[in-house]
Formats: sequence, structure tokens, C-alpha cells
Amino acid sequence: MHGDRTKSITLSSIHQLWEPSTRREFLRIAALGGGAVLLPTMFAACGSDNGTMEPPPTEGVTLDLSSDPGVLNYAYALEQLEAAFYTQVAGAFYAGITAEEQQVLTDIRAHEVIHRDFLAGALGNAKIPNLTVDFAAANVDFASRFSVLSTAKVFEDGGVAAYNGAGKLLKDLNNLLVAGKIVSVEARHAATIRDLLRPGTRDFAGDDVVNPAGLDQAIDAGFLLQDSGFGQFITTPITIIS
Amino acid sequence: MDQKHPIFEAIEPDAAGRTVSRRHAIRQGAGASSAVIAGIAMASVPAALAALARDVYAQAAAPTIIDVLNFALTLEYLEDEFYRTGLAGGVAATFSAPELTAVQQVSKHETAHVNFLLNVIPSLGGAPVTKPTFDFTAGGAFPDVFDNRITFLALAQTFEDTGVRAYKGQAGNVASNATVLTAALQIHAVEARHASQIRRLRGQKGWITSSDRGDLPPQSQPTYDGEENTTHKGVDAAPLGDISAVTEAFDEPLTMEQVLVIADPFIV
Repeated sequence: MHGDRTKSITLSSIHQLWEPSTRREFLRIAALGGGAVLLPTMFAACGSDNGTMEPPPTEGVTLDLSSDPGVLNYAYALEQLEAAFYTQVAGAFYAGITAEEQQVLTDIRAHEVIHRDFLAGALGNAKIPNLTVDFAAANVDFASRFSVLSTAKVFEDGGVAAYNGAGKLLKDLNNLLVAGKIVSVEARHAATIRDLLRPGTRDFAGDDVVNPAGLDQAIDAGFLLQDSGFGQFITTPITIIS
Repeated sequence: MDQKHPIFEAIEPDAAGRTVSRRHAIRQGAGASSAVIAGIAMASVPAALAALARDVYAQAAAPTIIDVLNFALTLEYLEDEFYRTGLAGGVAATFSAPELTAVQQVSKHETAHVNFLLNVIPSLGGAPVTKPTFDFTAGGAFPDVFDNRITFLALAQTFEDTGVRAYKGQAGNVASNATVLTAALQIHAVEARHASQIRRLRGQKGWITSSDRGDLPPQSQPTYDGEENTTHKGVDAAPLGDISAVTEAFDEPLTMEQVLVIADPFIV
């Protein structure tokens, strides 16, 4: 990556003040049991490996997925991440961007910011604090078309899979409907980003994300945050309670 | 640079379940009251579907999971036959390469959805409805649907955008079965991917702005009516951004009745 190491976006006012490391290690407390049972687990960013100062202890966030507010906060966390990403993308587009790509990325930024702010409003006092995210540590290069679109693909496919996996956890059907209203827009994003990467191919709904039964992915929160690579973008420690 | 983030492995969801619906479409005539439309629909749809519709209209109770799955199956039958007929017909030779590729992939998924539902419904103790007879010209409104790529893709867009809304509208009706709900959501997302691609091949954004049907004919408007809504869960999202973006950011559901009205012109 080029030398710009200031890509850490601090969404909160208190979790900054340290230089993101070149690489992050994650504590992954092994999840026991199958996907159906999430033990309380946690991942946390470790110190940098290049001798810089350790990040200050950050206040963790707990997502209690046994309650609707917890599930909505999980969505809110993902939308925070996506909104931060596209805001940075649209703040300085990669060189050579086409008019269509610019329109797509600008639209998606607006959608994700709206999702984030809507969930914040719907959660009210139950909402989790702002998360700190770090794209540099995950080697995102905002000057690179391929890096930006590839990262967007991860976020959109992952968002779809996360919402699909979390729907069954929602007890209030009004919350389920809201999640349904959002997830199909994420799927539209995913297909569009994929087609920008590989235009005119089957990738918009590729065999890597749609199984032979014609089903898109559905994953649980523990998998998304710990095993899929999503967690590497989020600095704030997250504890999941099932 | 290479992303270190592994793309999720395709996680095979649970075994069974599924749901939902789809389709849309283009209604000749327009403007009738919903009661009249319901009457028309009930007079023309096949017996099984009519019975389903009767349940929906006459009962206060929500449809059963089997009802919902048969509703979904009906819509998947429609989509599956539509794409397979297109690929076998003259229109296929007129597709651009990206159009052909997209239609092939979409068709593959619709066939998979039919087969999935045909397996799931009996596994839950239900009897799958039989496939209706379809008329994709909608009684002559679209005579060149299988000869003209413009017409074919216009119908494809309405079918996919309707499908997204139809599945969304049934999520709550299958929520008592987590496996079925998850599968329905998984199909729902695939329909949205399809919709995005078809829309973009037609020069539209992948997402729906307000209730704008774009360049589609007026008969398609019921597929988009209601998409202008900005209030969700009692919270008005309108102040959160540009109003076009606010409406794009949320897709809206359709009821089973609304979907059946949309699908009706294509069912003999």
C-alpha cells in the first residue's frame, strides 16, 4: 500500500489517537460448537507489529442477539462500516473512475448512510456507540479501482448474507420487515458491484454466492465478524451473545 | 491488490423450507378497484390458486406456510417458464452477449427455485400446486414477447422487481419456521440480484427510485406503486437524505393479493 497510513476512520470521538498498524492480529476465541450456538465470544485488535504504540484500550460493544435491539444493533454495526467505507470512497474517487461507477458509488454511499442513520433513529437509546473502523489495516487502497470495488463486493455480499442469517433472530415482525426492506437493496448493490468488476458475466448472481438450490448466502454473526474477514475492518472490540 | 478478506464460502443453509413469490406485471386496463380486480383474478386463476386467494381474501387469519410456499411456487413457475421459453425462442438470438448470459443465469436460478419448492412443500406435509398455463403475451398486450428483446427484458424487469416485493411481503407469514424464513430470505436476495442486473442491462439503475417505473409501459405501474414510502417501523426516513436516495434505500413489500393481481394477466 502506499504510505498513507491515516486511513483509519474514527467514527467516535474517543477511539482514535493512535496510528493504525500495518497489520492487525485478531484474538479469536475459538467458537465451540456448531454455527447454531454462539458462545459469548470476542475479537479484539491486537497491537501493531511494527513497534508503534499500542492502541489505547477501547470500549467494547456487546451485541446481544437474543433480543431484537441486539440484532438491529448488529445491522447498525454493519451499516456503520459500510457507510464509513463508501464515504471515504466518495471523498476522493480513484483515478479514472467512469461516470457510471461514480453514480453507483455515490448512490450506494447515500443508501448506506441512510441505513445507518435510520437504524440509529429506530434504536434510539438502545443503539450501540459509534464503532471505529480501519481500512488501512486491511490493506484497502482507495486509489485503486480494483481494491475499492473488491472491498465493496465483500461488504455487499457479506451484508446480504448477514441479514439473511439474522432474520430468524428477530421476534417482532415489524423488525423483520425492515430488515427485508434493507437486505434486498444490499443485494441490488452486490449485483451491481459484481457487474462492475466483471461486466456482462454471471457474477452478478454468481455460483460463488448462489448455491445450486438457487439460494443466496446466510451466515451467522459470529462467522461474519470472526471468520469471514469482516472483523478486520472494525477496531472496536465486539462481543456477541447469542 | 489482493484482498485478504476471504469471500464467504457458500454456506449451505439448512435443509428445507422456502417460500415466497414473485412476479409482477402488466395489467391491461388499469384503474379498477381492488375488489373488482380481486374478482377478476379469482375468476381466471387456476383452481388451486383461486382457493388460495379465497383463503387470503376471506379469512382474517394469515395464510399458512404451505399456502405461502404454493404462492411462491406459482410465481416461480411463471418466471421459470418465461425464461426457458425465451431462451428456446427467437428472442434469444437477438440478445447481446451480456443479456444472454444474464438470462441464462437467471433462468437457472428460477428452475432451481421451482425444484426447491417442489421438494420443500411435500416435506412439510403439503401438496404442491400444479403449474398454471401461462400466456406471456398477456392476452395479446405483448405479442412479440418471445421475438423482441426489448419486450422480453421489460417483462423480465417487472417480474424480478415484483418477485422481490412478493417474497418480502410474505416473510412475516413464514417467520414461525426459521428454516423456511431463512430460505425465503435467501431466494428474496437472489431475486434482487436478478432485478439489479436486468434493470442495468436495460439502462436503469439497479435500484428503484420512488415509484418510478422508468421506461416500462403503464401496465407495469402496480409493480412500483408504494415504493415511494419513506416510513419504516414508524420512523420517517425522509429527513435522512436526498429523497430519491431515501426511497432507493428501502424496497417495499407487496401483499399476496397485490401480487396475484399483477400476475393475473399472464395466467390463463
